[in-house]
Amino acid sequence: MTDKTSSAAPDVHARPSRLNEFWFYFRENRGAVIGLWVFAVFAFLALFGQWIAPHDATSQFRSATLQPPVWQEGGTWSHILGTDPLGRDMLSRLIVGARYSFFVGVVVVSIAASGGIIVGLIAGFAPRWLDDIIMRIMDIVLAFPSLLLALVLVAILGPSLTNAMIAIAIVLQPHYVRLTRASVMSERQKDYVTSARVAGAGVLRLMFVTVLPNCLAPIIVQAALSFSTAILDAAALGFLGMGAQPPTPEWGTMLAEAREFILRAWWVVTFPGIAILVTVLAINLMGDGLRDALDPKLKRS
Amino acid sequence: MLNYALSRLLTFIPTFIGVTLISFSFIRALPGDPIQVMAGERGITDERYAELAAQFGYDRPIYVQFWEYLTGVLQGDLGNSFVTKRPVWDEFFALFPATLELSICAMIFAVLLGLPAGVIAAVNRGKLPDRLLMSTALVGYSMPIFWWALLLIIVFSGNLQWTPVSGRIDLLYYFPDPTGFMIIDSIASGQKGALTSALRHLILPTIVLGTIPLAVIARQTRSAMLEVLGEDYIRTARAKGMSPARINGVHALRNALIPVITVIGLSVGTLLAGAILTETIFSWPGIGKWMVDSIFRRDYPVVQGGLLLIAVMVMIVNLSVDLLYGVINPKIRKR
Repeated sequence: MTDKTSSAAPDVHARPSRLNEFWFYFRENRGAVIGLWVFAVFAFLALFGQWIAPHDATSQFRSATLQPPVWQEGGTWSHILGTDPLGRDMLSRLIVGARYSFFVGVVVVSIAASGGIIVGLIAGFAPRWLDDIIMRIMDIVLAFPSLLLALVLVAILGPSLTNAMIAIAIVLQPHYVRLTRASVMSERQKDYVTSARVAGAGVLRLMFVTVLPNCLAPIIVQAALSFSTAILDAAALGFLGMGAQPPTPEWGTMLAEAREFILRAWWVVTFPGIAILVTVLAINLMGDGLRDALDPKLKRS
Repeated sequence: MLNYALSRLLTFIPTFIGVTLISFSFIRALPGDPIQVMAGERGITDERYAELAAQFGYDRPIYVQFWEYLTGVLQGDLGNSFVTKRPVWDEFFALFPATLELSICAMIFAVLLGLPAGVIAAVNRGKLPDRLLMSTALVGYSMPIFWWALLLIIVFSGNLQWTPVSGRIDLLYYFPDPTGFMIIDSIASGQKGALTSALRHLILPTIVLGTIPLAVIARQTRSAMLEVLGEDYIRTARAKGMSPARINGVHALRNALIPVITVIGLSVGTLLAGAILTETIFSWPGIGKWMVDSIFRRDYPVVQGGLLLIAVMVMIVNLSVDLLYGVINPKIRKR
């Protein structure tokens, strides 16, 4: 998206009740609240899905391969959403699969955000030449289409979910660097930073204690948005055979396995996709709500 | 303006060298020795190995290899494919029109639907059409397009039998392709039904590839329109008694277009990433599928060259967007 070069400093007098204030604005956006609830369910399934799922995600019911969902002729209540070509229960695989997508989102965002924030802070405080070098490197990474770069990185590292996560984190990192640097640049000139410096604060203290908290709003929004990008990209890599490997019940990998059955058994293709779409949609709704609540300047509507 | 253009061009050079360095070193980092890969399962004798290594220059220091590669790239020499033995450059430009044709169609689809959707949403802000359009846009924005493609295939190719599943044209048509654009070539061939066949093959890939740009354009148009609609000159136009259609369609939209055009220009990277998935699913013989196939076949020169050419293309488009933006918006040049 376009570079947002500045972030709003929260009101000083609102500080004690910042969370309340945030919640007040967030609640205004009905879509965001729905997104939050769906995300809560998703997170719950990711943590406890293994014990909730009616069957084991990898056990094969050989007598019931490609069984349709319960409401269609031939479906049974023991496999509510039907079974896949190997006779594995779709519902169980979807529930257990939530863990992988959630994990991908958390790991990718943590790596990309922490790395990006640190590099961005350095670029913002560094002398001009170092700043230039860092930003050129980020330009180079951004010149490659993200999925292509991730694909080649995974080809180098070897196809697995871990490597897919590393690749996606590398690809997403420059966005955080740019965002942090832009915020730091605009914050650095403000009086409170000068006074902290005059009071004798060292560079590290200036970076992490003085400036960083005031740059966080756009970064949090970006974190929410890249959580969904990470899930989508990991699923796409899985779909291309470069992410999680079978029999892992990762949603993208499930779609890849189901591809040859698309004209015979619609349910093996439809449900994993709906799972991805609903999760990503919920996170994007939440992200929009976060943006409106945290960053009045970015508020567009 | 000249200064601005020059300074933007100057940052292009280190980025270009960096991109070359990355695509060069990636391939050196890939597992497996390229010569062993070429030899295949039959194996290779030590003398032949040394001979081949000398032929491809793998026995020289790495910086010499990079220098040779860089100078080769500047002369349009990207090496030959291991699989087809043809120059990577030729292969790229033979397949590129297919991707370009698909991308242009997808972009037209996205703009034709996205602009009106954004304008309608902005004009009816907060009302039902706005909410409906923007929720649809958010769904499109969140869509895993590889799944969307499979879904469309199930419905339109499977159940309704309206569209073919893969390829660019039915096999019974054969004609020379001077331009590489199937729509133009099929008309030029003069064969009956060829154009219809080409168009039918284009429909689903176009929708799939255009979905995310469509959602982005609709959202961006809406927010740009909302900003413009609050301006004084819109109020003046209204006060003069101008018709709402003219105000919204001409005065507001024209000024709202600047950020929208930027978004369209900057989505070339997204489009190419989407082309990788779309082309793989629909067996569309373009550079996206070519790259994926080459990665799986470990065809190093192709991966290397393709990566570089795609990155350079994205860089050139971004640079042009930046320069164009500088022409449109003088404020930008000062920075």
